Amino acid sequence: MTIVDPIKETAPVDPNIVNITINDKPVAARKGELIIAAADRTEDFIPRFCYHPRMTPVGMCRQCLVEVETPRGPMMVVSCMTPVAEGQIVRTATDSVKKAQEGVLELLLANHPLDCPVCDKGGECPLQDQAFSHGPGESRFVEEKRHYEKPIAISDIVYLDRERCILCDRCTRFADEVAGDALITFTSRGNDTQVLTFPDEPFSSYFSGNTVQICPVGALTAKPYRFKARPWDLEQTESTCTSCSVGCRTVVQSSRDELVRYQGVDIDPVNWGWLCDRGRYNFESVNSPDRLTTPLLKSGSELVATSWSVALESAARMIRLALAQNTNSVAILGGARGTNEDAFAWAMLADKLGINQRDAQLGDGLSPDIFDLAQATIDQTCAAPTIILLAPDLKEELPVLYLRVRDSAQKRKSRIVEFSSHDSGLTPYAWRTMGFEPGNQAQVVREALATPEMKEQLARGEVVVVVGRANLAESEVFTLQALAEIFAAVPSAKVLPVLRRGNVRGAVAAGLTPQNNSGDAIDILNAAAAGKIECLILLGVDPMSDVADSGLVQRALTQVKNLISIDTMINGSNRNADLVLPAASYGEKNGTTTNLEGRISNVTQKITPRGTSRPDWMIATELSIAMAVDIGVSSLEDLSEKLVSTVVAFAPSSDGKSTNGDGVLMARETPVTISGKASKAVDRNAYNYRLVVSRTMYDSAQSTASSPSLVGIVTDAVIFVNPLDLARIGVADGTSVRVGAEGTNIVIAIKAHNGVHRGVAWLPFNHTGVDIRPLLNIASDVVDVRIEPIK
Amino acid sequence: MSRLNDTNIKLAHEVIARYPRPKSALIPLLHLSQEQNGYITREAMQHLGELVGVTSAEVYGTASFYEMFKFEPVGKYLINICGTMSCALMGANELMHHAEKKLGVKAGGTTPDGVFTLAHAECQAACTEAPTLQVNYRYRLRVTPADLDRLIDNLRDGKLNDEFPPHGVLSKVRQSIDATRAVGAKAPEDVNESPAWLDGKAAL
Ligand code: SF4
Ligand code: SF4
Ligand code: FES
Ligand code: FES
Repeated sequence: MTIVDPIKETAPVDPNIVNITINDKPVAARKGELIIAAADRTEDFIPRFCYHPRMTPVGMCRQCLVEVETPRGPMMVVSCMTPVAEGQIVRTATDSVKKAQEGVLELLLANHPLDCPVCDKGGECPLQDQAFSHGPGESRFVEEKRHYEKPIAISDIVYLDRERCILCDRCTRFADEVAGDALITFTSRGNDTQVLTFPDEPFSSYFSGNTVQICPVGALTAKPYRFKARPWDLEQTESTCTSCSVGCRTVVQSSRDELVRYQGVDIDPVNWGWLCDRGRYNFESVNSPDRLTTPLLKSGSELVATSWSVALESAARMIRLALAQNTNSVAILGGARGTNEDAFAWAMLADKLGINQRDAQLGDGLSPDIFDLAQATIDQTCAAPTIILLAPDLKEELPVLYLRVRDSAQKRKSRIVEFSSHDSGLTPYAWRTMGFEPGNQAQVVREALATPEMKEQLARGEVVVVVGRANLAESEVFTLQALAEIFAAVPSAKVLPVLRRGNVRGAVAAGLTPQNNSGDAIDILNAAAAGKIECLILLGVDPMSDVADSGLVQRALTQVKNLISIDTMINGSNRNADLVLPAASYGEKNGTTTNLEGRISNVTQKITPRGTSRPDWMIATELSIAMAVDIGVSSLEDLSEKLVSTVVAFAPSSDGKSTNGDGVLMARETPVTISGKASKAVDRNAYNYRLVVSRTMYDSAQSTASSPSLVGIVTDAVIFVNPLDLARIGVADGTSVRVGAEGTNIVIAIKAHNGVHRGVAWLPFNHTGVDIRPLLNIASDVVDVRIEPIK
Repeated sequence: MSRLNDTNIKLAHEVIARYPRPKSALIPLLHLSQEQNGYITREAMQHLGELVGVTSAEVYGTASFYEMFKFEPVGKYLINICGTMSCALMGANELMHHAEKKLGVKAGGTTPDGVFTLAHAECQAACTEAPTLQVNYRYRLRVTPADLDRLIDNLRDGKLNDEFPPHGVLSKVRQSIDATRAVGAKAPEDVNESPAWLDGKAAL
C-alpha cells in the first residue's frame, strides 16, 4: 500500500522555487538566483558597490558580505556571488556581518579623497550613503592617500577621477560585456590598479554615459552635467526617450526650469536601464539659445516676430487659400517627432479639412503595411532562435536595440543571420553574414535560406525578421522583395519593424500617413516641385537635411506658395518659410509615444515650454478653431480620450496608468501576409560602384547639432570601399577622389573598409564637410557612381 | 616599426593556433614582441590586439600587470640587484652603490649607450646565496663588488654573449610543439574526444 501525503498531492511543488530564510524570514527564491538578488525582494538591504543586476557578478568590492549557516557554523560569504540553496539560512545584520561590512567600508574609504563637497555624485552617492548606513563612522587612517591627476578626459563626454575610483569593475564590465566596446580596462593591476583607456584611444563608445550612471562613486562624470546641479536641487519625472523609436525609459531631471540630465530607467521589455549617448545628452538641444520663442511671419524677405493670434490667422488664411484651389494643394509632412496625441490632433484637423496628403515618414522608411504583418516584440525577438537582420545598422540607428540583440547573441539565445551591404555593429556577433549588392538582396536571401544548414537553423523555432530601410540610395521595393522571400521560406516568421524616427509608428497609427491612396512624402515633394502644392505644412521636420534627395526638396520648397513650419528652431527648410510656429519640445509636454514594437508609454513634462512655444496638438486645436472646423478638443485629457476611443490601436492605453513604467502594447489586427512586387535593379556597369547611403549615430541632425557636447563628435563625410576596390581605383587610403553620378560630381576623401561588400561604395549620410546629397536621386531604384582619382 | 615582423607574425599564428581561444596566446605573444623590440611598444600592443581579437586597452591591461613587461626602452642588459632582507644583510646596498658608480646611472636608469639598465629587485628566491643579482633574469650569486666590475666589463666586451642574450629573449632554443600534440583550436567545452597523442590510453 502506498501512503499518499495529502498536502503534497494537492500542492505541486514549483521545481524552480528554492526556499531560504533571510534574517529568519522565509523567502521564496528562484533556482540559481544570487542571495543578494533574493534579498532585494525583501526589506533587508544588503550594501553593495560592484553588483549590478544586469551584469555578471564579480565579487570585486566585498561590501555585500553576509553570514550563511553551514554544518561548521556561520560562514561569511559575498552575497553577490553565492547562489541560493534549499534550506539556506542567511543573516545580513549579525554583529560579525556588521563588523565585516564596516571593515570593508573603512578600507574603501582609506584611499578615497572625500571631496564630496565638490563631487557631482555627492547627495546620490552609494559610497556616501552606505558609509553612512553601514560604515564605521570614523576612520583610523591618518596616512597620506594616493594621488592621481584630477579628472582626465577619457572621451569627448566622460571624465575619470581615479582618486575617487573604488575599482568596482562596473564601468569596465559594462564596456566589455554590455556595450562590446572594451576600451576601458583595469591597468597596472596591483597596488596601482586604475581604470584607463589605451593611450590615445579614447572611450568613444556610443554607450559611455551608462558608465557614468552606474559608477557607484563620482569617479566618472559627464561633461554635460558636471557642476550643473546638486541632486537635492533636481526635480524629476519618468518619461520615454523619443530620439529614436526604441523608446528607452528615462528619468528627465531639471533644475531651475532647465533640463540638466536624463538617466536610464530599468524596464524589462525595452532598455534594461541603458541609454545611448545621443539620447542621453541631446537634452542640451532643448536648452539651446537658438530655440524659437515666438511665431515668425514672413514680411518682405524676412521672418518677423508676431503674436500667436496673428500667426494662427495667417496660417488659417494660407491653408484656406490653398484649399480653395482643391484639397490636393495642401500637404502635411512630418509628425513623427511628437506624441501620439500631437499626431492625432493634426490627423483630425487634416480629416476635417479633407487633406489626404500627409506622411510622417520622409521617403526613407517602409510602407506602413509592414505594421500589419505578424509582429514580434523586442523580447520575442531576443528569445527567438533565429533573428534575421534585413535592417540598417542597429548600433547606429537604434542603439539600445543593438544592445538587446547583441546580448541575446552573446548569451547564445539567438543566432543572427545578417543580410547587408556593409558590416554593421552586429556583424561580429552574427552567426552568418551574407553580403549583397543593393538591388539583388532578394536573390541573395532566397539562395541563402535554401541551404540545408540554414533550413536546419530556421527549423529550430521562431524566426523574427528585423526589417528596416538600410540604404537611402535604394528603393524600398528591394527590401520588401527580400522580406517576401523570407516569408516564402518561413511563412510563420514575425517581423520587428525598425523605422527609426521616434514616434513614427504612433504617428502612422494616429493617421499621419497617406489617406485614400494619395501619395507618400516623395510624391508630395514631387507634386510640390511641379507646382501642384500651394501650402505645405512641415510638422517638426527638416526635409532639407533629412530627405536623401536634397535637390528635390530644394525644388519643392521654392515652388510652394505658402510654407508653414512648426518647429523648435530655424533650420535649412524653414529658413525661407512664410510662417514658423514655435513648438514645445521634448520635456516640455505631456502625452504618449509609441516605440518600434508598438509599445505605448508616456512622455512627461518637466519644464515650461520656452517662450510662447506650444505643443503641436494645441496648435492643431487652435488652428481648427481659427478655420471654423473645431476638432472639439479643449485639453490633453479630452484628446487622449478621443484617441483611445477612436483609434483601435490605442485602445489598450485607455487607462492612463497603463502607459507608466513598462507601457502597454498597441492592439493588433489579424496579421496579413506580404508578397513582394517583382522588380529588378538594372545591372551595374562593372566600372561603377553601387551606392549605399546609411545613417550613423552622430550626424548633423538638429538635436545633435544643437547639443554642444555632441556636435564635436560628428565627423566629416568619407566614402568607404573594399580594400581590393581601392587598389583597383588606384589611390591611397585617405586621398580625395571624384565621385560622380548622372552629371553630378563631388570630391570626397576615400577610405578602405574591410566590411564593405565588393562593388559597393558606402557613404554615411548627413555628415559635416562635403555635401553628398547631390549624388542621390530618389527617382532611381539604385544609384551607381563612378569613382576616379583626381589627376 | 615595432609591430611584429614577418617571421614573428608567422610564429605568432603558430602560437595562437595552440590555444583554444586566440586571446589566450596574448602573454606568449607579448614575450615575442618584447624579444623583437627589447620592450613593449604601443604599436606592438595594437598589433597584438588585432592578432588575437581584443582591444588595445585589453592588451595593455593584461601586459601592465606583469613587472617583466617593460613599456619604456630598456638596456640590452637589465641588471636587477636584490635588495630584500637576506641580500640587504649581506651587502646588497653597497653593491648597488658600487654599480651606480660603475655605470654612472642611478637605480632605475639606463646608460646613455643603451647597454645597461640598473634596477632594484625584490627577493629573487636565492637567499642562501645572497647577495644576488640577475642579468636579464639569469642569476649571479654571492656577488662581490669585484665580481660586479668583471661582469659589467665582460658584458660590455661581448664575452658573455652566449650566457646572456639581449633583454627580452626568453630562451635561445625555440620550443616546438608537434602539431599532433597541440591541443588545437577548439574551446574546452567543445572537445569530446581525448587528444590524438593520448592514443586512447587515458580517458579525459
Ligand atoms: S570608475 Fe566607477 S564604475 Fe569604474 S571601477 Fe571605478 S568606481 Fe567602479
Ligand atoms: S536608443 Fe533611442 S530611445 Fe534609447 S536612449 Fe538612444 S535615442 Fe533614446
Ligand atoms: S557587491 Fe558583492 S562583492 Fe561587490
Ligand atoms: S633576499 Fe635576495 S634573493 Fe631573497
